Amino acid sequence: MNENNEQMRGAVVAGIDVGGTFTDLILLDGRTNGRVHIAKTPTTLRNQAHGVIAALDQTDFPVGEIDLIVHGTTTTTNAVLERRLARTGLITTRGFRDVLELGRRTRPQPYGMTGSFVPVIPRNLRLEVTERMEASGRVREPLDEDEVRVAVRALLDAGCESLVIHFLHAYANPAHEQRAADIAAELWPNDHITAGHALLSEAREFERGVTAAVSASVQPILKRYVERLRTELAGRGYRRDYLVMNGNGGMISARLVTREAAKTVMSGPASGVMAAAYTARRAGFANLVTYDMGGTSTDVALIRDAQPAVSNEIEIEYAMPIHVPMVDVHTVGAGGGSIARVDDAGLIRIGPESAGASPGPICYGRGGTEPTITDANLVLGRLDPHKLLSVDNPVTVASVAAAFADRIGNKTDLDGVEAAGAVLRLANLKMAGAIRMVSLSRGHDPRDFALFAFGGAGPLHATALARELAIPRVVVPARPGITNALGCVVADLRHDFVRTVNRPVADLNRSLIESVLSEQVAEGTALIDEEAITPDSITVLHSADMQFVGQTHLINVPLPDGAVDAPTLQELFEIAYEARFKVKLPEIRANLVNLNTSVIGQRPSADLSILIDPAGRAATLDGARTGTRSVWFENGGWAETPVYARDRLPLDALVVGPAILEQMDATTVLEPGDRATGDADGNIIIEIARETTR
Amino acid sequence: MTTLDAITLSVIEAGLQQVCDEMDLAFSRSAFSPVIAEANDRSDGIYSAEDGSVIAQGIGGLPVFVGVMQHSTRTLIEMIADGRCLPPDEGDIYIVNDPYLGGTHLMDVRFVMPVFRNGAIFCWLSNTGHWPDIGGSVPGGFSASATAVEQEGLRLPPVKLFKAGAMDPEIYAIICSNIRIADQRIGDIRAQAAALRVGEDRVLRILARYGDDTVVEAIAELRSRAAEQMRKRISAIDDGVYRGKAYVDSDGVVDEPLLIALAVEKKGDTLTFDFAGSSPPCIGPMNSVLATTLSSVYLAMRHIFPDVPLNAGAFEPLVVKRPEGTFLDALYPRPVSGCAAEVSQRIAEAVFSAMVGALPQDVTAAPAGTSGNFALGGHDPARKRDFVMYQLSGGGYGGNAGEDGLTNGCSTIGISKSPPIEVMEQAYPVLYRRYALREGSGGPGRLRGGFGIEYEIELLRGEARASFVMDHGRYGPQGALGGVDGAPNIVTVWQNGKAHVPPHLSKEQDIPLVAGDRVEVGTPGGGGYGDPLTRDPQQVLHDIEMGYYSLDQAREMFAVATTPDGRAVDAVETARIRSATA
Repeated sequence: MNENNEQMRGAVVAGIDVGGTFTDLILLDGRTNGRVHIAKTPTTLRNQAHGVIAALDQTDFPVGEIDLIVHGTTTTTNAVLERRLARTGLITTRGFRDVLELGRRTRPQPYGMTGSFVPVIPRNLRLEVTERMEASGRVREPLDEDEVRVAVRALLDAGCESLVIHFLHAYANPAHEQRAADIAAELWPNDHITAGHALLSEAREFERGVTAAVSASVQPILKRYVERLRTELAGRGYRRDYLVMNGNGGMISARLVTREAAKTVMSGPASGVMAAAYTARRAGFANLVTYDMGGTSTDVALIRDAQPAVSNEIEIEYAMPIHVPMVDVHTVGAGGGSIARVDDAGLIRIGPESAGASPGPICYGRGGTEPTITDANLVLGRLDPHKLLSVDNPVTVASVAAAFADRIGNKTDLDGVEAAGAVLRLANLKMAGAIRMVSLSRGHDPRDFALFAFGGAGPLHATALARELAIPRVVVPARPGITNALGCVVADLRHDFVRTVNRPVADLNRSLIESVLSEQVAEGTALIDEEAITPDSITVLHSADMQFVGQTHLINVPLPDGAVDAPTLQELFEIAYEARFKVKLPEIRANLVNLNTSVIGQRPSADLSILIDPAGRAATLDGARTGTRSVWFENGGWAETPVYARDRLPLDALVVGPAILEQMDATTVLEPGDRATGDADGNIIIEIARETTR
Repeated sequence: MTTLDAITLSVIEAGLQQVCDEMDLAFSRSAFSPVIAEANDRSDGIYSAEDGSVIAQGIGGLPVFVGVMQHSTRTLIEMIADGRCLPPDEGDIYIVNDPYLGGTHLMDVRFVMPVFRNGAIFCWLSNTGHWPDIGGSVPGGFSASATAVEQEGLRLPPVKLFKAGAMDPEIYAIICSNIRIADQRIGDIRAQAAALRVGEDRVLRILARYGDDTVVEAIAELRSRAAEQMRKRISAIDDGVYRGKAYVDSDGVVDEPLLIALAVEKKGDTLTFDFAGSSPPCIGPMNSVLATTLSSVYLAMRHIFPDVPLNAGAFEPLVVKRPEGTFLDALYPRPVSGCAAEVSQRIAEAVFSAMVGALPQDVTAAPAGTSGNFALGGHDPARKRDFVMYQLSGGGYGGNAGEDGLTNGCSTIGISKSPPIEVMEQAYPVLYRRYALREGSGGPGRLRGGFGIEYEIELLRGEARASFVMDHGRYGPQGALGGVDGAPNIVTVWQNGKAHVPPHLSKEQDIPLVAGDRVEVGTPGGGGYGDPLTRDPQQVLHDIEMGYYSLDQAREMFAVATTPDGRAVDAVETARIRSATA
């Protein structure tokens, strides 16, 4: 342990997450008598740095005294989704410039012969040069270096700022890509040159090419942003290096992050999942379904044995795959703003249309007229109309209820409240179904899991969803609304490696497996050594992607350590396969496709017990009670329900539902019979009442 | 009117849908065959105990299977009733692939399982998976020149592959002795059965939670509401007869086009589809069985109205006259391997072409509409083994009221991805020399068709035989409302440097290739929508800039002239040639 870390122990660490609507900050002052500072400011879309600085200013904390700032950003995500990309050119193998436009022969939806697709790099900026590798990695046609120079100059003349070199089979032999990149470097005025194999060394030209193209076309944007923020922070007195959250759930120096800019595309969701894993592990829960419900969508991830699932196959929108290891977060198209309608068969439908932030739900008073999930919560007494954030012009509950009666009730023979209840119930059912499809349906027993609810709306629905999913308990963290920012504070340094082996297990020898894994460890350790901060300790995780010979799906098999022989590999695979699919196939041989290693530099642990000021807690449950109000429940209808200030609840209090727990940025609903207790970190753990028959 | 409230109804609807989606997921995730696991060439659903009508079907199922399994399930129920088939016990699963018993082609293998409740059948669960081989004269089953179903593979009537939960080793042995790569099929069989068991578990949970009577009532109500919804959509169309047509290039044996003639009569809230005047049954494998013809109509209507829920009710207002005596109602022993992949898409095209005038906002000009099946089978001397590879390809979609057609879209009846070139070159002794957007192929229109692709594949080693089952070689996908047809499919085989074009254009079997020979394919572009002379010249200019059309094509197809460098529209000249052309 070096001096640097000694400082970190009592350090001041700030996590700042820029979301779609709000920029959240959490600052943990680990010094003696230090406390927690929290800020929430509107996100500044054009230059996110302004919102970040505003959040820092809001704390009144002297920025010069902050030891480490960790940042989650949606700069690259927004750039991709809105196609506000740097002008980027592609140089590729002759005959294949359209790979990025043709994709894999799909359409956006199974039914309906419409839809469109805009390639990341337009056709006139995709140029071809003579060269060809065979699948074996043998050179079939040498690289024509003059053609590379001509193409580079043409793309510069066309105003390109960033360049992708993407050749067929470069994963098998990168020599041509490397040489072309060297040639380009002599002419290109900046270092925005991306070679396809460097980001992702596996077969599949469309996926590898899109990954490289996305990375290259957000790289200049990310770089400008990172530097702008560095300047702004320096202006406030912060002169150290800051860290940026990567989509793999680890963080990386702002100096290094632009090298693989595509990895930041899932920055925000990944930090939320990391915070969930960290918080729940301290609370004693290793298996989680994370449930982050916001205004327009809901993010769901699965955590087993305290490790978030990582995927190399994230598709951030239709035909936009980004195949680098990232936390496997699934987005479900339902959020607080999802609109409820009655279709022409008289059935109630929730979404997919969303009122978004503007006009937003009716209750925001911004001109919204269509009832949303948030409006249903308001009508049913689950949300307090006086405590809504983001209201422009107050709207009465009665008029929101009237909208339910008018738009839903009239066509379904329900009154306004019944209609709102129907919307709530169906929304929960829809979310539960979607969550089950992306998590538990993949071979998991819900009874082994806890539902970790966060985001502005997560705790409102969590108990109902857990009941629907047969998950026995819910964890609501101390600060549900700033979980992503907390993820920045608790995340580790992390580097992931994938190496394709693609051989039958029977043909493997122990030394091959060991040498691949140990090389990956060495590479990861070297990268962590480059960082300005030194971790407490380094953890290494190994896994194998395997399949039965003839199969195309991979399943990820965690390996106990880097010394595995073939029979053990076979056995581990068979156990994992049976657990997942409930099918045994002793007749068929297994294949090892990839060996993976994650090298994780652990940061000193953060003290979460100060997230809610212990001094503010009441001595008794009654002391935390702020009143009662009438709340509607699926079982039993309206009930006069006690309301508690969450931050005032005694740590050892037991709250039995029905009850409402309110705090600044979230409302937690306990349904009748649910039992909530607190823990030392300020989490609320809710045991879900067994469903009563109906 | 039902006594059920709107909430319970919606809740049960969502629950039944979830059952099917979970079956789809379970099937795909554990299946062996890439056709099922990766290409999702499978479907799962719930069917009524009385007549097999579809109660719910998974959203992720291959579109061509819309409604198909209700025909096979209905046939099974009839066969049990009249003693041609043994009645089920709990835990039994039937296997069936007979095309004439409510099926598609032989490769689509159906499993059917009863869900028992208090000793009686409550409903049936069924799924279909496309097996990579089912025996027959060619690997994979797509013979372009079969003349009887026996040449196409093993045909199974409904028999119990699982009895009381256990697989019958004798039936399994018969199947394995008649198909290629049999050792891997056990993986698909277990996956297919496991998916049904997942479904059974979920159905029983729904019954336990809401009560059998409520669920039964909800199913009936959902059916009638879907029917009502479809009727409303139909009622909005003007009464009248709408005519459409489509051509299959040939049957693969006799070089003559097969005509699909369609008259759709809209009267009140019903559409009646009459295929009278279509070609008689054909010698080659481009026949369709009745179940596939019906499903193709349903599929096309679902593409037009994708938000009407998928249950038997949605099909009630769609009356399809049995096309007796035509190739759309083939009987034993007519060969049928082309029905699911190609004829179904032509039927859908006939529906689109009939309906686009009536529903110009909802229907597109014709899409490429072929699965683009190129199969290459041979021996790889370097690896000392035989191989069969498939290159399935997409094409352009039709222009439509909202936008230009999609480029390289999947077949009308599929949703599967095409394989990566790098993976193909790893697995087979071939080299792709080109894989590109096919310039100029999108049919001109106010909203143009999407573009097809063109690829060129060289055989690197050994000898092989090339087979093609494609379509739209004779006529391109139809333009609509003044739009022009997309470019037709082109196949050229280069043998020893000499070009060979298949006489049937899009279909031929076993063309011999040696190392160095090449296959070149250009797939169809989508049809154009609306008069191309009304396309915004700036959009045409953009298309030129992207290299989608040449300057000459812009002038010929869209009557747009540019400055000599092609960088700006010459407005005066454009106005002149547009008025001259009009």
